[in-house]
Order: sequence, then structure tokens, then C-alpha cells
Amino acid sequence: MATPGSSMTNAETRRKDADDREVVVELDEVTTRYGDRLVHDRISLCVYRGEILAIVGGSGSGKSTLLRNMLLLQTPDTGSVRVLDIDTAHQPEARTLPLRRRMGALFQYSALFGALNVVENVALPLAEHSRLSRAVIEQIAGIKMALVGLAPETAHLYPSQLSGGMRKRAGLARALALDPELLFLDEPSSGLDPISANALDELILQLRASLGLTIVMVTHDMDSLWRVADRVIFLGDARILSSGTMPALSGSQAPELREFFQGPRARAARPAEAV
Amino acid sequence: MAVAVIDEASVRVDDTGAECVGPWTSLRLREVEKKLAELRAPHGGSFRFDLRAVTAMDTTGAWLLYRSQLRLTEQGAQITLQGSSDSARAMLELVSKHAPGERPRTAKPGALHGLGHATVAHIQQSMGYTAFVGELACAAGAVILKPARIRWRVILNNLQAAGVAALPIVGLLSFLLGIVIGYQGGVPLEDYGASLFVADLVGLAMVRELAPLITAIIVAGRTGSAYTAQIGTMKVTEEIDALRTIGIVPMEVLVLPKVLALAIALPLLTVYADILGILGGMMMAWLALDISFAAFIDRLAYAVDIQSFLIGIGKAPVFALIIATVGCYQGFRVAGSAESVGRQTTKSVVQSIFLVLVVDATFSVIFSVMGI
Repeated sequence: MATPGSSMTNAETRRKDADDREVVVELDEVTTRYGDRLVHDRISLCVYRGEILAIVGGSGSGKSTLLRNMLLLQTPDTGSVRVLDIDTAHQPEARTLPLRRRMGALFQYSALFGALNVVENVALPLAEHSRLSRAVIEQIAGIKMALVGLAPETAHLYPSQLSGGMRKRAGLARALALDPELLFLDEPSSGLDPISANALDELILQLRASLGLTIVMVTHDMDSLWRVADRVIFLGDARILSSGTMPALSGSQAPELREFFQGPRARAARPAEAV
Repeated sequence: MAVAVIDEASVRVDDTGAECVGPWTSLRLREVEKKLAELRAPHGGSFRFDLRAVTAMDTTGAWLLYRSQLRLTEQGAQITLQGSSDSARAMLELVSKHAPGERPRTAKPGALHGLGHATVAHIQQSMGYTAFVGELACAAGAVILKPARIRWRVILNNLQAAGVAALPIVGLLSFLLGIVIGYQGGVPLEDYGASLFVADLVGLAMVRELAPLITAIIVAGRTGSAYTAQIGTMKVTEEIDALRTIGIVPMEVLVLPKVLALAIALPLLTVYADILGILGGMMMAWLALDISFAAFIDRLAYAVDIQSFLIGIGKAPVFALIIATVGCYQGFRVAGSAESVGRQTTKSVVQSIFLVLVVDATFSVIFSVMGI
């Protein structure tokens, strides 16, 4: 998919798949166990530049673990994780730092730093990594806040003074601080009212269009899946049970998928044209 | 054109314009920011930004460019952009749409404002503490009327954590304290040929003052802080609210057992500290002053009467009340974040040690007036 982002990065030897799409994250035969429990059984998947990939599955199906693997927060027991064309296995922390600066993450509970106010939270990655002046950093933090729809008045509030939706937005602004190529969202709409959740979906689409982001999200929200996901990966039994577009997955006759995509909640979320 | 590896973004300025080069991304723009800040608009003339050699542009790069454009336009220059890629144009548009306005200037509060704030905060805190103690008394009253509601299990757990587990550290420190007093006091006494009086010194000092104090200080650091951190974390995770909704009074399950357990544990620990402290002094008297254990104990029995012992032990429950209530109160004052837990825990330890010393001094004054 051609997006503004793809043309801007210095084109080295990029990994392409058969359809000539650029691969930004590649998981190869990833296996993870927690004690005796097998969470991932040789999972392989690719994320392509510019797409919005959603990972779904029941509780405990290892969605968040998969996300943590891609975020370099957890190393799988076996198998390799390549992010932005760099093999992340057994890399010392210092080697992965440049890579981490190219990714952003919004955590389920936003993970804003309680000791810092909103603008300080958003400015933190820039203050830490860029050598720009304070004034410019604050202005850029201001732009990111505006981008995610946070009013300037909220800049000096502390996370404990924010509503859940505002916290998500602030977390998103922080994730975008360094203009990442890759954005990971863990349950972005959980804990939000439908209006805020809709607005967040809209925002995600907008950001992808304007910043050329590649987005990987874990979500349960059927509305989000229909609205924003280009491709959906369904996890179950420690494997990828199915992957494809929403219409394809929701039409599937496999029992696990039917339960998930054709339950009463899923049916209610289905857009009229897809019924 | 030779393809050079360009790591840092740069800008070359001449009279008619500026040529922007390299990756204009947030981590590489330090020099550019400085150079752009020095740009001056030519008098009434036009100024051109040449973006042909820009390999990448992110929000930061676009903002710096946009900001200089704005400034130069304000100075009366005609700005033209040359050779900008689609993505750079899109980025510039994005930035212009979300440009931050003038930062709202918040007036820095003055020293007087700060003083007033601090004063009011202190008064409120004292009032809050008083109210908390009152609430605790009510809860205690309610429980006393229905003794079946006393949570023995929780009390015993707390006794174990605050009392038994503290034995090694309390014992060691009071033993060392006894050694120090025995040595520092014994050597000058020996010069006067009164070395046996070291038993008076160690016995009275430990039993009346030092054992209760050192025990209280250790317990404030060990247990008071734990109380604050526990209740504070429960507050952050809304567990306290959950207890309330289930119909359990937090005061009854969280505070009262802690207060009772500490009121039992601290006097016992103090007795233990008395013994270990005197043992330390006795050891030092034997080693440094050649006073036999028998002689020391003989003198001790004469010097330290039951009244002194009771005065020392009697202070312990008061200290326990202070430590437990301050610890729990500060826990309930935690609001919002993990950082707040840390702050209140510090406060809890500082305040309980402070109050313990103040109350101890008050006791001394009262006892001396009463002549005991």
C-alpha cells in the first residue's frame, strides 16, 4: 500500500514478499510457554507496511504476549522476531534502542507516568532522545496533543486528573512523539464509552493516512475491527486459526470463528453492507 | 550525483534561500534548529526553501520548517517552497493544521502564595489526622460493643509481621546501643572510681528512654511504612472502594487490627530491647571495666526500680498508636499514582518518628514535674 511514510524512509534492501509488499514485522515459528501451558505454538506471521493488522482471540489466547514479542518486551522461547528488518533475538539492550525509537506503543491502561503532567509525558521521548531545545520539544508535544484531539488546557493536568478517554489519547500522543513507523495498540478502546471509542477509531485511521503508520492492534471491539482493521488474525489453541479481512473471517464456518464473529455482539457490530 | 550517507540533517543558507538537506527527523535536527533560528528575512525580498535534498521529513522537521516560514513571513518576506515531495507537503499541512497556539502563560506563584499554601495544607493535614483518629475511635467503640467482629486472624498476622519478624533487628540494634552506652559512660566513670555505676547508667537509660525510642523508631521505619504502602496501593487500585461496596468498613479490617497488633507488639518488643540493651552494657562492663555479671546484676536490681521499667514500657503503646495511626492515615491520603504512594510513605515515616520524639519529650517534662 502506498502511503506517505513508505517513500520517506531511506530505501535499503527491504524485505518484500511475493506480492511485493514490504514486510515490517516478521514472526517466524514463534513458540512461547508459561510453565506447562503452551501459549504460542510455532506462530508465523508478517505485518506489511501501511496496514492495520488486528489480533483477536479469546481471553488468554496470547494476543498480548504476541504484541509484547513484537515490542521487544519479551523474547519467545524459540523462533525469531524480525522488526523493521532487524533480527531481535538475543540482542543486547543497547542494540535494540535505535529500533525502539522507531516504534510506539499505547498500553491497555495507557501507562502514563503519574509523576509527569500530560505535556511532560508526551514530550518525554523527545526530551530523552532528541537534542532539540525545550521550547521546540514543547511545541511538538503540543502538535501531537492536537493531533490526538487533546485540548491545550489539558497540558498541565496530571494523569490522575484525566478521564479514561483522555488518558488513552495522551498515551497515544506519547506513542507518536518520535513519529514512529510502527504503532502498537493494546486494547485501545477498552474502558472507553462508545463515543470515545468511535472517535479513537477515526483517529487511528486518520493517523495512518497522515503519518503513514503501520499499526498492529490487539482488540476485542467488534466495531473497531469492522471500522479500522485491514486484516485480522484470529488466535486460538496457541495457533493462528485464521487470518484475513473482516468480511472473510466473519463469514467463516469454522466453529471457533463462528462463535467469535457471529455471536450476538458481533452481529450487532456488523455494518449493514456486510450482512 | 554521488549518493552520500547523510546522518545529520542540515541547512545551507545563502542570500536568496536555504537548501535543506538530509533526514529532517526529530533525532537529527539539532543543528538545523540553531541555523533556522538565525535566519533573517531579506528586506522585502523573497526567500526560497529548497527541499529537493530532503530524504525524510517527520512532524518535528515539518514544524521547524513551518515555524521559520511563519517567522520570516511576519518579517515581510515572500516564502516559496521548492522541490518538496508529496509526503513532505502532507506533513507540512498536518503541522500547520495542528500548530500549537501561544503557550498559556501561567503566572508563577510567589513565595507568599507558597507559604500560604503550605500552611493551609499543614492545618488541613492535622485536622484530617484528628478526624481520622476520631473515626478510628468510633470504629473501635463499635467493635468493642460487638467483640465477635474483632478480626483475630488479621491481628495475629499483623503481630507476626510487626512483632516476631522485627525481633532480630530490634535485638541487634539495642544490644549495640547497650554496648555503646556501656563503653562511653563506663570509661569516664572509671576515672572517678565509680565504674560500678555503669549499671545504673545503662539500666536507667535503656529502660526509661532508649529502648522504647529505638524500638519505636525501628518499627516506624519497618511497619509504619509498610502500612502506608499497603493501604496506599489498595487505594490506587480501588480495593478500598471495593471493600466499602461489599459492606466492609475499611477502618475495621485494615486499620483497627493494625493498631491493636502494634499496641501489643511494641511494648513486648520494648521489653525485649530492654533485656538485649542491658545485656550489651553488661558485656561491655565485663570486657572494658572488669565488672562481673553478678556484680552488674546486683547493682542493676538496686538501680532500676519497677517504676522506671513501667514508665518505659508505658510509653510503648502510645508510640504504637502514633505509628499505626500515622501510617494508616498517610496510606488513605494516597491519591492517584504510584508516585503518591512513595511520597506518603516517606511522610508517614518522618511524621511518626517526629511525633514519637515530641511525645517522648512531653512525657519527660511531665514525669519530671511529677517527680518520678
